[in-house]
Amino acid sequence: MRDELKLPVKILVPCGSLGAGVREDEVEYGLARGAHAIATDAGSTDSGAAYLATGKSKNSRGAVKRDLMILMKAHARTGIPVIIGSAGQAGGDLNVDWTRDILLEVAAELGLSPKIALLYSEQSRETIKAFNADGRISPLPPLGPLDDAAVDACAHIVALMGVEPYIAALEQGADVILGGRSTDPAVLASFPIWKGAGWGPSWHAGKVGECGAQCTEKRDSSGVLLSVGRDGFDVEPLAKDNYCARNGVSAHMLYENTDPYLLTEPGGQLDVRQVTYEELGDGRSVRVTGAVWNPRPYTMKLEGAGGGKFQTIMLVGIQDPDVLADVSGFESRFLDALYARARQTLPPEEQDDFHISIRMYGWNAVDGRPVPEGTPPPRELGVLFIATARTQDLANSIAHACNPYFFHYPARMDKELPSYGFAFSPADVPRGQVYEFKLNHVVSVSDPLELVRFEWVQADAQTQPAGGQENHYAKTE
Amino acid sequence: MPKLSDVSRHVRSKQAGPFWVTIDIWFDGEENFERYRESRGLSPEVFASLFGTDPALVKKIPVPELHLVKISYPRATPQGGVVERDMHSGQQYVRLLDVELG
Repeated sequence: MRDELKLPVKILVPCGSLGAGVREDEVEYGLARGAHAIATDAGSTDSGAAYLATGKSKNSRGAVKRDLMILMKAHARTGIPVIIGSAGQAGGDLNVDWTRDILLEVAAELGLSPKIALLYSEQSRETIKAFNADGRISPLPPLGPLDDAAVDACAHIVALMGVEPYIAALEQGADVILGGRSTDPAVLASFPIWKGAGWGPSWHAGKVGECGAQCTEKRDSSGVLLSVGRDGFDVEPLAKDNYCARNGVSAHMLYENTDPYLLTEPGGQLDVRQVTYEELGDGRSVRVTGAVWNPRPYTMKLEGAGGGKFQTIMLVGIQDPDVLADVSGFESRFLDALYARARQTLPPEEQDDFHISIRMYGWNAVDGRPVPEGTPPPRELGVLFIATARTQDLANSIAHACNPYFFHYPARMDKELPSYGFAFSPADVPRGQVYEFKLNHVVSVSDPLELVRFEWVQADAQTQPAGGQENHYAKTE
Repeated sequence: MPKLSDVSRHVRSKQAGPFWVTIDIWFDGEENFERYRESRGLSPEVFASLFGTDPALVKKIPVPELHLVKISYPRATPQGGVVERDMHSGQQYVRLLDVELG
């Protein structure tokens, strides 16, 4: 028989990221197992800086609404809180508000009036500069000390929250918490810590469960149930035909993490060096014991992103045997010809402020390194053209100027001009801005809530939103 | 001398935040893990030459219970720049597969 952990607090983690596809049968299973809360993050930095820089979500509105609908129905039936972190992918204020509006729409459609806590952790450039001037911001390698220019290059800056803002919202009776940018484990660890589970096991459970069923053996399922006690936690999949195994669970500490034993989080460090993993007799759960939480001075990691230059791309397919016979030689002559063509057409003041890249897919586009001599020719090539310039118009005009060359540039000058295979008309695609992360720094705070702003929303079940109309809700501070 | 692909059962790479890449090498068992975990083929200098990273910042952590070596290094350019070729760094491990382990 299975030993029960003392005081297990059960967290239903329905998916790795809100909008990725919550499954109703999995949620049912977790509720039947006695879940005390539902928690998931809704984003990360993985997919690049665009989402923070623009405030847009990666997952579509429809997908997020669908998942929220399932979770809010579960909340309505059981009364357990729903905790969502890093709302809207990047967790900036715009991302949180986008998710809030979807949540209010869902609540209205279901006739619910939950008490909603919004946790904002976006920071103004002025705040960051002031903290920096005060010596409270330090770099993480490989970056150096922060300067104002880097701060000014950011369109949006967020500070990653730990468990404390979530616990403060739970304390005040939140039914639903929509958090801005937070560390993934914090979103899952907050409820068990609030309920008195061990800090080490709670943080470790949060890390293992952060990607939902990724720590399980059948990764085509979606979520996990974390049962967190004083000294350890159990993890089991929410899908009945899935199971957890010792190595799969322990290996999750490796994922997207430079150190598999020590994880720095807001206010402390998780140490799993003495942890043991044990497969339980039910054939689907793994028990994890021994994680230690070492409190440290409270710091929050900063993420900042901004838009830079603009790009226009073209893609062409090539099977021409003369090109394939000497891809590297062709690539070098081709790039020179494209640069020369662009320079002929640009005004003098723009001559030094653009960039052209061509990527030979099927040859060396992914790593960009020279191909060893004697490598046999590919069957065909996909050549991606990328013009980067100060404005979208300039990037477009470079692509337009290069278009005939990109279409016809010959491998051999003594033959008729070839025509390569475009897939589209027009062939050029204005791609928008290049977005980059500018910060890799931490800020020291005197209180975990110092950089967090709370807003409370009481959804109004009586107000049914009509399509396209703004939601009505009562806002309280 | 064996190549890394001869003595490992799985190798993967992934970004660890926008400024770092982390590579996990699962050796095919305890014997090869012990034999090659400190190999010069997996030294910071090799990572500097393959990935253009600062060798002083390369971190290597063995995980004996999984017969695994984890190696992390700062990206030569941050994620998502003008010359980005592998946004999630998920293909970076490939150039390690042919490295000879002495």
